[in-house]
Amino acid sequence: MIQFDRVSKRYPNGKDALSKVSFTLPAGELTFLTGHSGAGKSTLLKLIMMIERPTHGQVLVEGQSLNAFGNRHIPLLRRKIGMVHQNHQLLFDRSVFDNVALPLVIAGYARADIGKRVRAALDKVGLLDKERLNPIMLSGGEQQRVGIARAVVNKPPLLLADEPTGNLDPQLSAEIMDLFQDFARVGVAVLIASHDLSLIARYRHRLLTLREGRLIHDAEEAAHGA
Amino acid sequence: MARNATPRKAPRQRLEKPRRSAGAQSAQTSLRDRFTAWRLHHRDSFYDALGRMRRARASSAMTIVVIAIALALPSGLSVLLDNAKVITRGWDGNAHLSVFLKLDTDDSTQRKLAEQWQARPDIQRTQVITRQQALAEFQALSGFGDVLQALPDNPLPPLIVVFPDSTDPVSLKALQNRLEESPAVDLVQLDVEWVRRLHAMIELGERMITALTLALALAVVLVVVNTIRLAIESRREEIVVVKIVGGTDGFVRRPFLYTGFCFGFAGGLLAVILVQIALWWLGGPINELLRLYSSDQTLATLGISSLLTLPLFSGILGLLGAWLAVGRHLGEIEPNF
Repeated sequence: MIQFDRVSKRYPNGKDALSKVSFTLPAGELTFLTGHSGAGKSTLLKLIMMIERPTHGQVLVEGQSLNAFGNRHIPLLRRKIGMVHQNHQLLFDRSVFDNVALPLVIAGYARADIGKRVRAALDKVGLLDKERLNPIMLSGGEQQRVGIARAVVNKPPLLLADEPTGNLDPQLSAEIMDLFQDFARVGVAVLIASHDLSLIARYRHRLLTLREGRLIHDAEEAAHGA
Repeated sequence: MARNATPRKAPRQRLEKPRRSAGAQSAQTSLRDRFTAWRLHHRDSFYDALGRMRRARASSAMTIVVIAIALALPSGLSVLLDNAKVITRGWDGNAHLSVFLKLDTDDSTQRKLAEQWQARPDIQRTQVITRQQALAEFQALSGFGDVLQALPDNPLPPLIVVFPDSTDPVSLKALQNRLEESPAVDLVQLDVEWVRRLHAMIELGERMITALTLALALAVVLVVVNTIRLAIESRREEIVVVKIVGGTDGFVRRPFLYTGFCFGFAGGLLAVILVQIALWWLGGPINELLRLYSSDQTLATLGISSLLTLPLFSGILGLLGAWLAVGRHLGEIEPNF
């Protein structure tokens, strides 16, 4: 699904955020991405979202190099990626339903279809009864689930999460993690950036560790042991 | 979203085939659905723009009034100038030379001279005013009748009014010179200097109005640029989210462009109303002037076509302003995390 081929990123200020990073994320697998802050996690996510472009190397999505994509392709790429943010990035001027429907409206789905898909996504995260509320009336965990519903409503083949459990207590974190594992099970490639090592240790999934821009550890499930 | 739901076939789900050159295409919606969605987004953007203008009533009203005043000024002035042109149009045809003959010229010589001149190709017609006619007219019109009675002789010279064929200043001057060569002629008075001055002033007025129109059109554009800039700033979060979930630049731009057009159109409409009110208020005196100067004219107003073209022109200025603001500020807002 996603392939990094000796990707380096140097910012205009001279800082090397990533150095020769190579890995492959297959469909249907959940992968953790960790590292201390400044290690390059955000840069790696930005390269997948084409918010930044690599200085060297290439990022491939579904076998196609993003280097070949012009700026006008960026929206179409992003429609294949569900993005979950630590701070939810919900819009408080509209209902939960309209927040979740946004990717579908943008992608040009028929109105009747939007209703069905939004309710399916809200049902999946257990918020079907909250569709008419403004997200500001929801708890932190519920807001995060609205964010997840919005990320998956378009059924993207790739799901990215940036510190998705950052502000949540362990029980809510576990619920969110269960959701991500469900999506991986149905064939979505899931990449979760997190520095919550205790959370990562609780689940047996592949772990990519960055330190100062280098991929120092690419551990498969087996390496963690049971 | 769901309020306009119409039953429609679900978008066809196509299997993703590996394509090397097609780029990251969204294969999840059919072309027809996307066209429908595009059309609906245009409609929604329009209503959204109106809705936001209505909710921010006070600031929207101020923007619209500023635009309206900026446009009402040049259009009102150009209507007044049109009226001035109507008044002076009649005067061109009335350009004439007053030829005063020497006091000792008798009536028959005067008449013969007039007939001779009338035969010339550069003279349309002549009018004879004898000394007696001049005296009678002067007594009737000036109110100095008694004074003239007291004079021993009629002091007024015989007069031939010459209406030339051509009214352009050069040929008038030439005609004046030729007439002055006649031995019976005392003085030829060419009464067109002030008409020329008036024409020059109208020309000047037209140019000033053109300059004013350009300056104020620019002001309208800048007012809209500023309004849209603030609107973009207040919707920064929304723009970021829309970009993250794959909104195209066009999708992001659309509501702002509609907002710009609506501000411009509303301002233009109000400008038309302001001009009409001003003309109605000035109508009495202007019609009186027109009646005094040229009997068959009445106040020229904004034509029916301006009722539509002014708001449309203004709407396009608004669109231009919005486009500039969007191009300048939308690129600055990119997702970050």
